[in-house]
Amino acid sequence: MRLGRTILSAIAAGVVALAAPAAMQPAAAQGTIKIAYTDPLSGPFAQVGDANLKQMQYIIDHINSKGGALGRKFELVPFDNKSQPSDALIALKNATDQNMPFIMHCSGSNIAAALIDGVNKHNDRNPDNRIIYLNCGAVATELTNDQCSFWHFRFDLNVAQKAEVMVQALPKTTTKVYLLNQDYLFGQSVQRDVTAFIKKNRPDIQIVGDELIPLGKVQDFSPYITKIKASGAQALLTGNWGPDMNLLIKAGIDSGIDLKYYTFYAHLAGGPTAIGPGGDGKVFAVMSFGENIAPEIGNKEAENWTNGFRAKHNFDFSAAVFRTIFEHVQSAINKAGSLDAFKVATAMEGQAMKDFLGYETLMRTDDHQIMTAYYVGVFKKGVKYEAEKTGLGWATAATIKMDDVQQATTCKMRRPRS
Amino acid sequence: MEVFVVSLLNGLVYGMLLFMLASGLTLIFSMMGVLNFAHASAYMLGAYLAYTLSLYVGFWIALILAPILCGLMGAAIEMWGLRRVHKNGHIAELLYTFGLVLIIEKVVQMTWGLIAVPYRIPSGLDFALFDLWGTDFPAYRGFMLLISALMFLSIWLGLTRTRIGLVIQAALTHPDMVGALGHNVPRVFTIVFAAGTALAGLAGVIGGNYRVTEPSMAFSMGPIVFVVVVFGGLGSLTGCFIASILMGMIQTFAVVLDYSLADLLAVFGFIVTKATPGSEFLMVTLPRIAALLPFILLVLILVLRPRGLMGTRDT
Repeated sequence: MRLGRTILSAIAAGVVALAAPAAMQPAAAQGTIKIAYTDPLSGPFAQVGDANLKQMQYIIDHINSKGGALGRKFELVPFDNKSQPSDALIALKNATDQNMPFIMHCSGSNIAAALIDGVNKHNDRNPDNRIIYLNCGAVATELTNDQCSFWHFRFDLNVAQKAEVMVQALPKTTTKVYLLNQDYLFGQSVQRDVTAFIKKNRPDIQIVGDELIPLGKVQDFSPYITKIKASGAQALLTGNWGPDMNLLIKAGIDSGIDLKYYTFYAHLAGGPTAIGPGGDGKVFAVMSFGENIAPEIGNKEAENWTNGFRAKHNFDFSAAVFRTIFEHVQSAINKAGSLDAFKVATAMEGQAMKDFLGYETLMRTDDHQIMTAYYVGVFKKGVKYEAEKTGLGWATAATIKMDDVQQATTCKMRRPRS
Repeated sequence: MEVFVVSLLNGLVYGMLLFMLASGLTLIFSMMGVLNFAHASAYMLGAYLAYTLSLYVGFWIALILAPILCGLMGAAIEMWGLRRVHKNGHIAELLYTFGLVLIIEKVVQMTWGLIAVPYRIPSGLDFALFDLWGTDFPAYRGFMLLISALMFLSIWLGLTRTRIGLVIQAALTHPDMVGALGHNVPRVFTIVFAAGTALAGLAGVIGGNYRVTEPSMAFSMGPIVFVVVVFGGLGSLTGCFIASILMGMIQTFAVVLDYSLADLLAVFGFIVTKATPGSEFLMVTLPRIAALLPFILLVLILVLRPRGLMGTRDT
């Protein structure tokens, strides 16, 4: 009995000790501009959210050192959504309960769709406590077409734009390609859009194989490689991510067949490690940024800034263009002169500014889709900044300017009056 | 012909990798009746330990050390965990090993990070063994085949031809009698569990650099291994072997055969068009569901032959 009470009081003391700093935090951070950030911070995709969080934190520190907005500093408040739309909506509820003016979310278009819907409803019902959704990486094209919302701003190119970039990067000598994608919404839209742009922009290319695989279920990709080889394809085009991409490319490189890999996600965490030195010059990635771009174009300032991240963290700074998001937000708030969601959103619409590499960006008014430069990187030896300590890194094979990915939108934006 | 031969080899390599994983599980499952969810976690741990050890002592010593460490962990789990939980029946054991899965995954994530580690094939084995119509057959795959064949042979000999193997077999069916004859039955169980875990660790050492060593590898490999064990039949090493190879072959060949149910119906003169009811389903090609075929087979065998391919008992 006595022992039981001792344990109980020990637990109680522990709870108080844990809770105390948490309770102190809001008071200490009074006056900051809060941005709720929700992504998987636990579970199988935790690496995505975790890496994003650290990179955003570095960027926010920079933005704050440049004065923040309206004389106030930005603060990132993370919420784990476990890759579940329902948990993302709880994060949204938390954010609005605390009057946060922004919610940011990167991965999962299904979650993004839920968030757009949630934000629309919330803003309709609570005109004096509205929130803006900053989308940093949910790329389903629909989100800025049929499902477009005045409160949603997308800062990454959508699937159709990325598909166009990928097709533009295919060399003239490539005439036979093989498509392999994951069998769900995203993979199917990659399949559809890549096919469409090949037909439109490169009619000389023949699609010799078109495959869908169950998401995350394939353990051994060697049979697919056998099939791809038999088809005579020169290039494999894939939107796969995670293990589905790593295992696919590894199986291909191990088999030594003569094939180029065009991917959407090979440059992201874990990709370079899985590819390894055997992939020298064979793997391409459609990417928003690469650490070798700054030295290649001779932008010393940008290079120093990305180096600062490397000095602090032990991984690649692949999401450095998130800086564009925060610069757009910073500028829009300053222009609006307040944190009112309507005023900030109006200020952000049509806002044009240069990104930190010096390329033009534009937040398109019609659908709130960013227009920005995009890159195709090739994984090879002898670059200045290596990826994931493999000795190889991403050299820029093609730079696609903002004007080359202007695609029409079907968005019929419903704008509130005030 | 080319596709057939290469696919045959692919299927064999994948099947043998499955067997390496499943043999340990079938040993534990059939002999102790414990459905060990944490088996694939031991596989993951084997890969990660081998990666870290190979940085210091090289791949070949890691190949021996990592499975031993996994085995020791298995022994500890059995002695201080499973043995106590065992009293409360199978559900408790199931939940216990399930808990272990989550703990091991978290420990791995905290120790080695969330992204893949660069665990590479040793340079001594990093060459093409032979060339088939332009497709390399890496020497490492040959090495995998060799290790798994040796493993099959030694388990089989160990169980049927050695004294300890006989005691193990006896302790599983008649534990009281074996105990009365003066053998330490709990220790026999510990040995079985440790050996099974060590085998999973070995599979991890071999499979970790053949595939990719990352925290989700246990989760992705777990279900298919259960399919192999159940399909092969409880208590049968041969059944497990056949099931592994079969699963490897099925998944490999399903990928290269571009047929659907619609094509099958067409043979009988029934043409499926977009207007046919259920055409969406009928026109799904085999490659698209290749990775799901083992699970379909699992369902079928549980209905038609619950004891599995070569199983000797129903539980």
